[in-house]
Amino acid sequence: MPEAEHISVAIVGSGGAGALTAGNFLLEAASLAGWHGLLTRTVGPQIRGGEAAALLRLANRPVECLADRLDLLVGIDWQNVDRFGAEIEVGPQSLVITDPASGDLPAFVCRAEARSAEVPIKEMAKAISEGRPNMIALGVAAGLLALSEDALSAVIEKRLAEKGDKAIDASKAALKAGMIAAAKLDLGLRLPPPKTRAAQRWLVSGNEMTGLGALRGGVRFAAAYPITPASEVLEWLAPNLAKLGGALFQAEDELAAINMAIGASFGGTPALTATSGPGLSLMTEAIGLATATEIPVVIIDVMRAGPSTGIPTKSEQADLNIAVYGLHGDAPHLVLAPQSISDCLFTTQWATYLAEVLQSPAVVLSDQFIGQAAAAIDRPADVAFIGRRATAVPQVGVYKRYAVSAGGVSPMAIPGMPGGQYTADGLTHNERGTPTSNENDHRLQLDKRRRKLEEFSYGDHWATVEGEGELAVVTWGSLTGAVREAVDALRASGRAVRLIAPRLLLPAQPERLKAALEGVNRVLIVEQTHGGQFYRYLRAHYDIPAKVRLLNRPGPLPIRPSEIVRLAMQWSA
Amino acid sequence: MSAAETRTIYKQSDYKSDIKPIWCPGCGDYHVLLSFTRAFAQLGLRPEETVVVSGIGCSSRIPAYTSCYGFHGVHGRSLAIATGLKVSRPDLTVIVASGDGDGYSIGGNHFIQACRRNIDMTYVVMDNRVYGMTKGQPSPTTEPDFDTALSPGGTGLSPFHPLVIALASGANFVARAFSGEPNETANILVEAIKHPGFSFIEVLSPCVTFRPDEREWKNKVHPAPVAATNDPAKAARRIMTDDGFNIGILYRGERRPYQIKAAAKAIDIGELEKDFAL
Amino acid sequence: MSKAPSIPPIFSVADLLAIAYRIELDAVERYGLLADQMETHNNPELTKVFRDLSRAESIHAAEIREMAGDTDLNGRANALHSIWPKGESPEEVDLGAVHYLMTPWHALQLCLAGEKRALTFFTSIAETAKDAKVKEMAAELVEEEAEHVNLVYRLMRKYPEPTDSWCQEGDPPAAQD
Repeated sequence: MPEAEHISVAIVGSGGAGALTAGNFLLEAASLAGWHGLLTRTVGPQIRGGEAAALLRLANRPVECLADRLDLLVGIDWQNVDRFGAEIEVGPQSLVITDPASGDLPAFVCRAEARSAEVPIKEMAKAISEGRPNMIALGVAAGLLALSEDALSAVIEKRLAEKGDKAIDASKAALKAGMIAAAKLDLGLRLPPPKTRAAQRWLVSGNEMTGLGALRGGVRFAAAYPITPASEVLEWLAPNLAKLGGALFQAEDELAAINMAIGASFGGTPALTATSGPGLSLMTEAIGLATATEIPVVIIDVMRAGPSTGIPTKSEQADLNIAVYGLHGDAPHLVLAPQSISDCLFTTQWATYLAEVLQSPAVVLSDQFIGQAAAAIDRPADVAFIGRRATAVPQVGVYKRYAVSAGGVSPMAIPGMPGGQYTADGLTHNERGTPTSNENDHRLQLDKRRRKLEEFSYGDHWATVEGEGELAVVTWGSLTGAVREAVDALRASGRAVRLIAPRLLLPAQPERLKAALEGVNRVLIVEQTHGGQFYRYLRAHYDIPAKVRLLNRPGPLPIRPSEIVRLAMQWSA
Repeated sequence: MSAAETRTIYKQSDYKSDIKPIWCPGCGDYHVLLSFTRAFAQLGLRPEETVVVSGIGCSSRIPAYTSCYGFHGVHGRSLAIATGLKVSRPDLTVIVASGDGDGYSIGGNHFIQACRRNIDMTYVVMDNRVYGMTKGQPSPTTEPDFDTALSPGGTGLSPFHPLVIALASGANFVARAFSGEPNETANILVEAIKHPGFSFIEVLSPCVTFRPDEREWKNKVHPAPVAATNDPAKAARRIMTDDGFNIGILYRGERRPYQIKAAAKAIDIGELEKDFAL
Repeated sequence: MSKAPSIPPIFSVADLLAIAYRIELDAVERYGLLADQMETHNNPELTKVFRDLSRAESIHAAEIREMAGDTDLNGRANALHSIWPKGESPEEVDLGAVHYLMTPWHALQLCLAGEKRALTFFTSIAETAKDAKVKEMAAELVEEEAEHVNLVYRLMRKYPEPTDSWCQEGDPPAAQD
């Protein structure tokens, strides 16, 4: 059987069938067996009983995007699946498992001319006491992937422990039945078992990694207002902050949440809030306040499709504009973007560190794709970025909170420090912090706040720059994985291509990008927006070669590596 | 220096900064500032452990006029800032200052939620029944027939009952004061700060520039005829039926204040990884 | 301020002097605050009037200090704690009764009202005190306050009562936030 470097499988079902649970179990078992994996999901609009698909990709190396096509699609049923049919790419090489009781194959499967095989999933489930169709489907998928029954049994026992022995036994029986059925089928390829098992492997979501990164960076207070797809950041932080002696506090709205975080930070506690596009819009006034008062605060935006209420459950990269340009007045601040699920940990930690050191708000642009996807990753390395705020030991005389200093950062008194009393003020102020309309004071403080960010040495973390070539593919955030895969494919076919993905979006780093573009005479920009926001951001802040092509699309469909490869191949020098 | 060595006695003047207020001469807020400093001196608060948080408006200028820590935030959000500050730094004394526009209009939702949460802080709203800073628009407490540029002939809207809303929302201490009696206001403020939970004082504070008619308030105010009750329904009824000029502590509740969880002995952050490790 | 200040419990001459001292110090501070306000609001004439009044009150305070000899007046006044449990100090100027365009005549009206209230205050003490020494000292203070009242009347002769146009503004108010 031909060996594959990666395998993609999807499980689809509706009406509470449990397709997503089956997908989760599959990922966990595969991770236990030593594979890297990425699991995303797509759901209908219902709160319960809706149509759902779990999309899983496994490989022997880190997986940061979905493949162009599924190798295996297991349909528990096909109700309303056309709603997200476009996200489930199958082709002539794909194998589709269908239950004859489900009726005809969906149109998108027929159009793709995929191979199909019948497994009477519902009937098999009924034959087992308390048997559930999703566990049958899990068994079929596991069998075709050559996963060990033991690994899956372990996952079932762990995850269903609360439901009791009966449920566990029934699930194991259904699993076994599914695997037996799979033995009669032929996927057509196999994924070789993992060669080495990394010492430490984690099963995580981007939102969880965001939370952990914040804690590692020193955050000990979070103000929370729930919004899809950011709520899990806050839900993870709630108990875990408490374990570290910190606290999460639920606010009445996003306006309160950001102001609470600022209040806590003013009191000396590194603080954070997490939201999505609509919430970020509400928060912009207070982010400006944090900029003007020079109070550190981290704002996570897990981007979803916009504008306005948009598509809350789908990913997009169109909050770039508001993050970068959304503050009134001249208000330089920090904007960063993680590039993968694993990178959510590093980037959020780094953002917290930068916010504290530079006394600035930091907006972290994650998105629904990496936020809510689950992945089996190697344990991320420990990094030394822990926020250290310069705090003042007030001298004799009046303390100047906003004293102009060499690097632009002024030591910040914390309430409780005698002699450090000052009033933080959104009004333009002098070095002491007293409101002023004087042009010198205004200019002095604007200069200082800009200088402190622009003259800071961010090091190599500012961007990912890989490879050599006259063509550079430039992207950011969650698309970095797909672009990397495309660039690897191009390189394998003999084309030299460079990948550039900034992690630090604001302040812009013109000198660094200039160096990264050495030898490059044309750039392909890849982004998930309708309006080309990233392209315009690059044009606004950087000198880029005249020859530019743009591959952009709004959500909900992800941009696949093959699309990028195709465009690059068509575009010779 | 240890706490024992530094039991400084603070004079009232120690709580005033050297910054000169921009309030119009005749503004009630000058008296309120006196009441603040008087109350702080009476309580012996350390200026460095006291924070005055405000929003936007004439009354919200007050933090910089004290020698305590201060936060002059954005319009309507002072209670949110104060909440984040107090729950993460329960050791501080937090006073929140606002006006009828900042506190009852844009700040309305945060007002209700703050009363509900009953976190230990004191909220002082200087009510002059007008938007003074922006030159005279009606506020939620303005009388329906008060003529203004934005609402010629008056708004025709019923004014707000902030004290009753505070009671209904769960505030633990509700009082009405008059800026023209700074000693009495200071006494009320002392009680409010001492009282656990969310204390709310509405201070009638005339605007000499846009509401010269409020000069009459000094002839209208009178001490509340009965002592404070601990029954919110009784207090609400009294307030709904009074003439709006009863001065004094009107309600002293016994609700348990929000329990700011004492920082547990923190575990090592490495322990959190166990959730993810396979 | 139309309310008569309540009489705090006065048991000794030292108490009485402590209260009188505190009244004068409050007045010093109050006039000083008003001088600052007038200075910030660009009314130099009134700035001077209030500074002068503040200075005059500190002289009165010094006189009481002299009368009191070694007594720790501040300590005593603190010990009396809320000297004015309800109501305000008699000489306390109503900060609500000022205006950025006010004239010296207006300031002196305020001052006069304060001095008269102090006079009434000490008169009541002189009349109702049980202790002979307290009565005697109160009577002395009555004389002092009467002198102050007369002084203010004399000062007022320098300034005529202004016409109604005194509060006509050159410019409308300026919004700041």
